[in-house]
Amino acid sequence: MSTTMSSTGTPDAGQPQTDEPRRSTPPAHPRRGRFSREAVTKVMFVVPAAIYLVLFFGYPVVKNVTMSLQEYTTRTFFTGEAPWVGLANYATVVGSQLFGPAMLNTALFTIGSILGQFVIGLALASFFKRRFPLNGFLRSMLLLPWLLPLIVASATWRSILDQDSGILNRFLEGVGLIQEPVPWLTSPSVALIAVILVNIWVGIPFNVTLLYSGLQDIPEELYEAGAMDGATGWKAFWHITWPNLRPVVSVVLVLGVVYTIKVLDIILGLTNGGPANSTQTLSIRSYQESFVNFEFGVGAAYSNILILISLLFAIIYLRANRRAVDE
Amino acid sequence: MTTATATAAHTLGARSAPTPRRHRHAAATRGMYTALGVLFLGIMLFPIYWMINASLQPSGNTLTADFFPWNPDFGGYEKAIADQGANLVTSLIVSLGTVVLSLAIAAPAAYALAQFRFRWINGALLAILISQMIPGIVIANALYTAYNDLGLLNSIPGLILADATHAIPFAILILRAFMVGIPPSIVEAARVDGAGLVRAFVSIVVPISRNSIITAALFAFLFSWSDFLFALTLTTTDEVRPVTLGIYQYLGTQVANWSAVMATAVLSSIPAIVLLVLAQKYIAAGALGGSIK
Repeated sequence: MSTTMSSTGTPDAGQPQTDEPRRSTPPAHPRRGRFSREAVTKVMFVVPAAIYLVLFFGYPVVKNVTMSLQEYTTRTFFTGEAPWVGLANYATVVGSQLFGPAMLNTALFTIGSILGQFVIGLALASFFKRRFPLNGFLRSMLLLPWLLPLIVASATWRSILDQDSGILNRFLEGVGLIQEPVPWLTSPSVALIAVILVNIWVGIPFNVTLLYSGLQDIPEELYEAGAMDGATGWKAFWHITWPNLRPVVSVVLVLGVVYTIKVLDIILGLTNGGPANSTQTLSIRSYQESFVNFEFGVGAAYSNILILISLLFAIIYLRANRRAVDE
Repeated sequence: MTTATATAAHTLGARSAPTPRRHRHAAATRGMYTALGVLFLGIMLFPIYWMINASLQPSGNTLTADFFPWNPDFGGYEKAIADQGANLVTSLIVSLGTVVLSLAIAAPAAYALAQFRFRWINGALLAILISQMIPGIVIANALYTAYNDLGLLNSIPGLILADATHAIPFAILILRAFMVGIPPSIVEAARVDGAGLVRAFVSIVVPISRNSIITAALFAFLFSWSDFLFALTLTTTDEVRPVTLGIYQYLGTQVANWSAVMATAVLSSIPAIVLLVLAQKYIAAGALGGSIK
C-alpha cells in the first residue's frame, strides 16, 4: 500500500485547485447556518452504506432469528402464514440424526483445513523470506488458487480425484504408493479427508500472504543478535520468529475459522454433502433444509447455530487483532 | 523493511565473502532457491494446469487425458460457449454492476470514517468487521423470502445487491485504510476555494485514492464473479444464471462431458488469471489489506 501514497503528487491530484471557473460560484462561508447543512452533508456520506448494511446484514440476522421460531415452509409462500412454534425448529435440529455428524464434520473440516493451511502456509512463508530472483513474482502467482471461483476449484478437483481415471490415483499407483484406486469422493470414510485436502489447497495462498507479511515485520536485528548468541535455524524459529509472529498467528487462525466454518461451495461442488451424509456440515445442513427441503425455519435454526459459533470466534478475533495492533 | 534486510544481507555478504568463489557460491544458492520456489509453485498450480489440459482433450471421457494436450481439441470450448456463453455474459454484467454499486456506497463511507470526526466511528468499524463474518447462508435464507415478496428473484439487480455483501465491507475497510493517510489540508485548500464537501470528495479525494479504489474494484469484481451461493439460492430459472451455477449444474451427480466442464472452468478463471498478471500490485495490496485493517 505504501506505493499508493506517491500518487498524491500526480498532476490530476493538483488539477482541481487550478480549476478557475469554479471561482464564479459564490464562495462558501464556513459560518453558522451553513454548519448544519455541512453536518447533514457529512452524514449523507455514510447514509447509503448504513442503509445497505442494515438491509443486507442486519435484517438477515434478525430475520433468521424470527424465522427459526416459525414454521416457515413452502406453504408460507402461498398463504403468507408462518405460525410461531417456539423452539420446535431447534428441537428438530438437535433431534435430527444428522445433527451430531454435522457438528463433528464441521469441527473436523475446520480444524483439519486450518491446520493444513497454516502449517504449509507458514513453511512457504518462511521459504519466501529468503532473497532470491523471482521471489515476488512467484509469491503473487501463488495467490491464484485463492482468486479462482471456488466452484471452479471444486470442478477441477473432482476431475483430479475421480476414482477410476483421475490423475491423482493414476499418479499414486504409478509411484507405487497405493495398490488400488482410492475412492476419494465416493467412499464415506475418505470423502471428508478429500474435501479437507481441497480446502487446504484453496486456503494456502491466504495464509502465506498474511504470515509472510508478519515475518517481514520482525526486525532483522533480532536475528542478528540471536545469531551471536548461537540461535540459528530451528532455535531462531522458536525463540525469535514464533514469539514475534504470535499476534499475526492468532489473527490468521481466527479468521481461518470464521471463513472455513461457513464454506459451502467446495463441499457442494465436490460431494453435495454425501456420500451417505459423510460431508454434511452445519452450513450444508442449513442450505439443504432451506433450499432443498424448503424448511426455512429449520434451515434458519441451523444458521443461527452457525452465527453463534462465528460470533464467538469474531470476539476472539477482535481481541487478538487489538493485541496485534497494540504490540 | 525489505530494504533494511537487503542492506544487512549486502554488508554481511560483502564482509564474509570477499573471494569471487564465495560469490559464485551465493549466486548458486539463490538460484537453487528460485528453482525450489518454481517447484513449489508448480505443485500448487498443478490443478490449474490440469484444468487447462483437460479442457483441451477430446470430448467424452477426458479423464484418461494425456499429460499434455498433444492434439488440442476445442470441442469442449465450443460446447461450453454454446451452453454457458449467456451465463458468462450474465456473470459479467452482475460483476460489473457489483463493482459500481460497491464503490458508490463504500467510497464515501470510507472517506467519512477516515476523515470526519464522528463519535460512533469505532462502533461502525466494529459492525463492518463483524458483518464480514456473517455466513452467506444466513443472508441467503433471509433474502430469498424478501426477494420472493419483492420480485427480485431471478433478476440481475437482485444478484448485484446480494453479491455486494461480499464486496462492500471489504471495500470500506480497504479504502478507509488508505484515506486515513490523506492530509486534511489538501481537501481544506479546495474548500477555501469554494468547493463543497461532495465536490472536494469527487475532485480531490477520489483521484488521490485511485490505487486503493482500483484494488477495491478488482476485488469487488472477483468476489461477485466467484459468487456461487447467491447464484444458487436467488435464481430458480435459467433466464438469469451466473456461470458458477452453470458449472455446478454441469457437475450434477455424473459428469457426462468433462472437456466442456473444464472449458467452462477455464473461461471462468480468465478474470482471476488476467487480473493477477496485469494488476499484480493491486491484488497483492488487497490480499493483505482486507484482513488486517
